[in-house]
Amino acid sequence: MSIDLELDCRDLMCPMPVIELARHLEEVEVGGTIGVAATDVAARVDVPAWCRMRAQEYLGERVADDGVPVFVVRRSS
Amino acid sequence: MTNASAPPGQGHGTEFDTASSEPLHPAARETLLAALDQAYADPRRLHRSGRTARLLLDNARAVVAESLDVRPDEVSFTGSGTEAVHRGLLGLVRGSRHGSRVVHSAIEHAAVRHAVAWGGDAVDVGCDEQGRVDDGDLVEAAHAPGVGAVALQTANHEVGTIQSVGQFELPDDVPLFTDACASMGRLPLPPGWAAAAGSAHKWGGPAGVGVLLVRKGARWRNPFPGDDRIDERVAGFENVPGALGAAAALQAVVSERDVVNARQHALVDRIRSAIAAIPDTQVVGDPVDRLPHVVTFSFLYVDGESLVHELDRHGFGVASGSACAASTLEPSAVLTAMRVLTHGNVRVSLTRDATEAEVDRLLAVLPGIVASLRAEVGM
Repeated sequence: MSIDLELDCRDLMCPMPVIELARHLEEVEVGGTIGVAATDVAARVDVPAWCRMRAQEYLGERVADDGVPVFVVRRSS
Repeated sequence: MTNASAPPGQGHGTEFDTASSEPLHPAARETLLAALDQAYADPRRLHRSGRTARLLLDNARAVVAESLDVRPDEVSFTGSGTEAVHRGLLGLVRGSRHGSRVVHSAIEHAAVRHAVAWGGDAVDVGCDEQGRVDDGDLVEAAHAPGVGAVALQTANHEVGTIQSVGQFELPDDVPLFTDACASMGRLPLPPGWAAAAGSAHKWGGPAGVGVLLVRKGARWRNPFPGDDRIDERVAGFENVPGALGAAAALQAVVSERDVVNARQHALVDRIRSAIAAIPDTQVVGDPVDRLPHVVTFSFLYVDGESLVHELDRHGFGVASGSACAASTLEPSAVLTAMRVLTHGNVRVSLTRDATEAEVDRLLAVLPGIVASLRAEVGM
């Protein structure tokens, strides 16, 4: 799972990781991927929920070198 | 003491948080106050005041039994809904011949989840995006070896979705516990359970009174130390005034529910459609098959804690399942299991006398609050 743009949202509380995701989505091409590295536990639910609401594709989660989960989204539109 | 002279439920603007606690029903108030003077004695004693307390306790039990369409000897009064959940569920586990595994939905109230963590081995079953538990999954999991009991709520306390209690068949000898705290009094009890729990302050009775129901013939064994009181399923000195107040409120709620439920249902429909018109909003829970008084929704990019404070400033008391509004800083287990948005969440639960004007006032201020909170974060 390659990531075109990774957002460092470590230590940001909800809903900030999702706000960052929405702000930076258009910085990747349609079909490109954007990762949200977040320590906030709500991000695991809210990133996929945001994808369903905004018709983007949630690809799943991987783990960054420091153990923090990175939630990966493909820009669909 | 601070000034507590405001009339019930009217001292702090419009409280739309009755799923947490409903103001005392007027029918309960008089009964409760009279009982405080009349029913103070030990109901086990043979003297006059003891006999009076016993008579009044039996009367409370009979009224609750009639209101819930169960037998009086199936009714026990506990110190809270949580205690009724603990005793009801763990008593079935203790009485089981099979083992201590408890199959339960992931969206049970914390009282159920804590009871299982303490006295059983949890087997979680998920739910769909409406918050409905698939009873096929529940039954399948119940067939595994070592399952002592299954727990499924009558209706979800956070999103209002009604579950299919009474509409599925468990394997022989695997009993069902149903947490009916969210619906008791408001909706008829479904059939199909061996033990059930309710909480008086959620139907307009006093706090500190729970109702534990154990079906006649159910294999239920007291999971906690026994006591030498009137009712062997519970322990401690009986709260006779509380039981009487709870019974009076329950009887009133049951007799009024056709009218109240229809009114609340229509008001919730009004809220659901108005909220859905606000951009980037999720209204969650079943739109039709739900508790009459509860509606839950989430606003994208909004912080739940700020939303609760802003609504409070405008005179509305509501609850939130968002992590930032919780003591645990964890998002609601219900919203998480439903895989819906957890931030910017609000649960509105209507009072029995909520009016269209109050609801419209809420709907008039909400879009502006949401827009300004979004603007603060540049969205």
